[in-house]
Amino acid sequence: MQAFTKLTGIAAPLPKANVDTDQIIPARFLKSISRDGFGKNLFANFRFKEDGTENPDFVLNQEPYRKAEVLIAFENFGCGSSREHAPWALLDFGIRCVIAPDFADIFNNNCFKNGVLPVRLPREICEKLMEDAKMGGNARISVDLERQVVVRPNGEEIPFQTDPLRRHLMLNGLDDIGQTMQHAPAIDGFEARQRAAQPWLYT
Amino acid sequence: MSAQKPRTLFDKIWAAHVVETLPDGTALLYIDLHLTHEVTTPQAFDGLRAAGRKVRRPDATLAVVDHNIATDDSRRTGIVDPESRLQVETLEKNVVEFGVPYIPLLDDRQGIVHVIGPELGRSLPGMTIVCGDSHTSTHGAMGALAFGIGTSEVEHVLATQTLLQKPAKNMRVSVDGNLAFGCSGKDIVLAIIGKIGTAGGTGHVIEYAGDAIRALDMAGRMTVCNMTIEGGARAGMVAPDQTTFDYIAKTPNGPKGEAFKRALEWWKTLPSDAGAHFDKELRLAAHEIAPQVTWGTNPEAVLPITGIVPNPADEGDEAKRAQLQRMVDYMGLTPGQRLTDLKVDVVFVGSCTNSRIEDIRAAAAIAKGRRVADHVRALVVPGSGLVKKQAEAEGLDRILREAGFEWREAGCSMCLGMNPDKLTPGQRSASTSNRNFEGRQGPGGRTHLLSPAMAAAAALAGHLADVRDYQPKGAI
Repeated sequence: MQAFTKLTGIAAPLPKANVDTDQIIPARFLKSISRDGFGKNLFANFRFKEDGTENPDFVLNQEPYRKAEVLIAFENFGCGSSREHAPWALLDFGIRCVIAPDFADIFNNNCFKNGVLPVRLPREICEKLMEDAKMGGNARISVDLERQVVVRPNGEEIPFQTDPLRRHLMLNGLDDIGQTMQHAPAIDGFEARQRAAQPWLYT
Repeated sequence: MSAQKPRTLFDKIWAAHVVETLPDGTALLYIDLHLTHEVTTPQAFDGLRAAGRKVRRPDATLAVVDHNIATDDSRRTGIVDPESRLQVETLEKNVVEFGVPYIPLLDDRQGIVHVIGPELGRSLPGMTIVCGDSHTSTHGAMGALAFGIGTSEVEHVLATQTLLQKPAKNMRVSVDGNLAFGCSGKDIVLAIIGKIGTAGGTGHVIEYAGDAIRALDMAGRMTVCNMTIEGGARAGMVAPDQTTFDYIAKTPNGPKGEAFKRALEWWKTLPSDAGAHFDKELRLAAHEIAPQVTWGTNPEAVLPITGIVPNPADEGDEAKRAQLQRMVDYMGLTPGQRLTDLKVDVVFVGSCTNSRIEDIRAAAAIAKGRRVADHVRALVVPGSGLVKKQAEAEGLDRILREAGFEWREAGCSMCLGMNPDKLTPGQRSASTSNRNFEGRQGPGGRTHLLSPAMAAAAALAGHLADVRDYQPKGAI
């Protein structure tokens, strides 16, 4: 996983609640067997018209948001399907951070596994950041995971919280499978006890 | 022995699966059953290969293809779409390389992963069950803790048989009394989502309780648990009872003989203790639930079939008003229009929500002796090869075909626009699936979610219809 420490960049405003993962990446684009290349179909149903041409009204088709690294949205971002292709598509497009009042649970987990930082902030603050984002290239937003602050273009610092373990893994770009493998003796012990108590679970 | 604090069904299953608790409170949670399919696993197997890791417990893992495949006869001659074919072939290679048990496409037991787990007797009470699919919540109907995970977590489970998890909060939804005529598990869960909203269960596991839940058969309970994720909760559960035990006793791979008796002793200890704490509670009166149908583009936008399309102008909050307006526009609706006046082009009975034998019986009971409206294309897609065989043995396929329904092979079909069954732009569907998101059944498609009986009624009427106006014509 790519580590996430701090970024300063353009934030795209997406003033919508309930942005589901079918919107982020429609199912018809989930057929790839790799993790790469999903960015071109990020928000495909909004970015492209039926004839395949770009929809100029959609924020990510406008300058300077084609280079957005942060996305600002409203409640329940990432609801719906468990597809990890959603954070893969964001990452592949170049978006490393989503700021919203809250996130759907599975999407939130999936982001942390891929170096995409979901930042939860109250609605009123998201509204302010939305206004900042609308100022485009003149208004860069900083997200600092080390210090757990978002810095608005006017310099105001807004603190946020993240789970300590997840923050540690993300700051260091660590693969949690390797960490879990260090607990192998405990897993062996659990299996031995469970096999004795519930043999029907072992075939 | 000291008196233990009363615990919920979730608390008990959780506690029985904690391998270790890390200093920050994160648990290393043991996973008893890992179901896998072609869409969310290729990158996980790649990860194992790159790190030189193997699958820790192939015997606790099961693979099947369901999302990409055709549900017509073309499946017998190979998958036409090259990307879909590659994804299926990739799974077939991976299961061989990693020794994972696999149910191939042309096997009778093939079907939607959330139909076959319970049906084969692999999903059992007290288990932890995961799958790279949000509708894994379905298996909670067995009295299990079952939830969807992403591909990185799929890889983590394949390698370690565990997941790093923080405990969820407990929420209980009780549905008291008797369900009214014409209503089913689907109407219950749609009504619940209408009340709690799409994020009402976020961070929680929902236990469903009350007489109306107890009275549901296993298929009905699976429908309710299946759509729990649409209310934001990763897992839904129903405490195991005699209905559950009788169901398991008939499954091909469930425990038998002594093993069944021993399992039963543990299963009977699982229901929530009296006085157990729930962080959130909701009570509904079953008799107040009417047949439900969604009108908008998330499952929270739901109304009784007797309802009318809401007017966004009546909404005070500006952001909500804009969202309602977007829904009305996308769905091609007029505020004030009666839902029963909405003409449908396609009717889909299927998906992991509603494709079990009970669902097909419900649709066939309404369809028997009647005809699908001329302008409607209606599909019935059984959830598994075994469901299909059972339906054919009961003559349901004949009833449905004679009424003008297409009778298909098992798969996810028109639920998600990933295989040949999809809507074309502007088409309106009455669908027994789980998501009415924009473009979910195909770009520009307009989805109304409802029960199998309501879907059958819509097919016959040619528009959304109240199933209570369609008395069955004789037994099926």
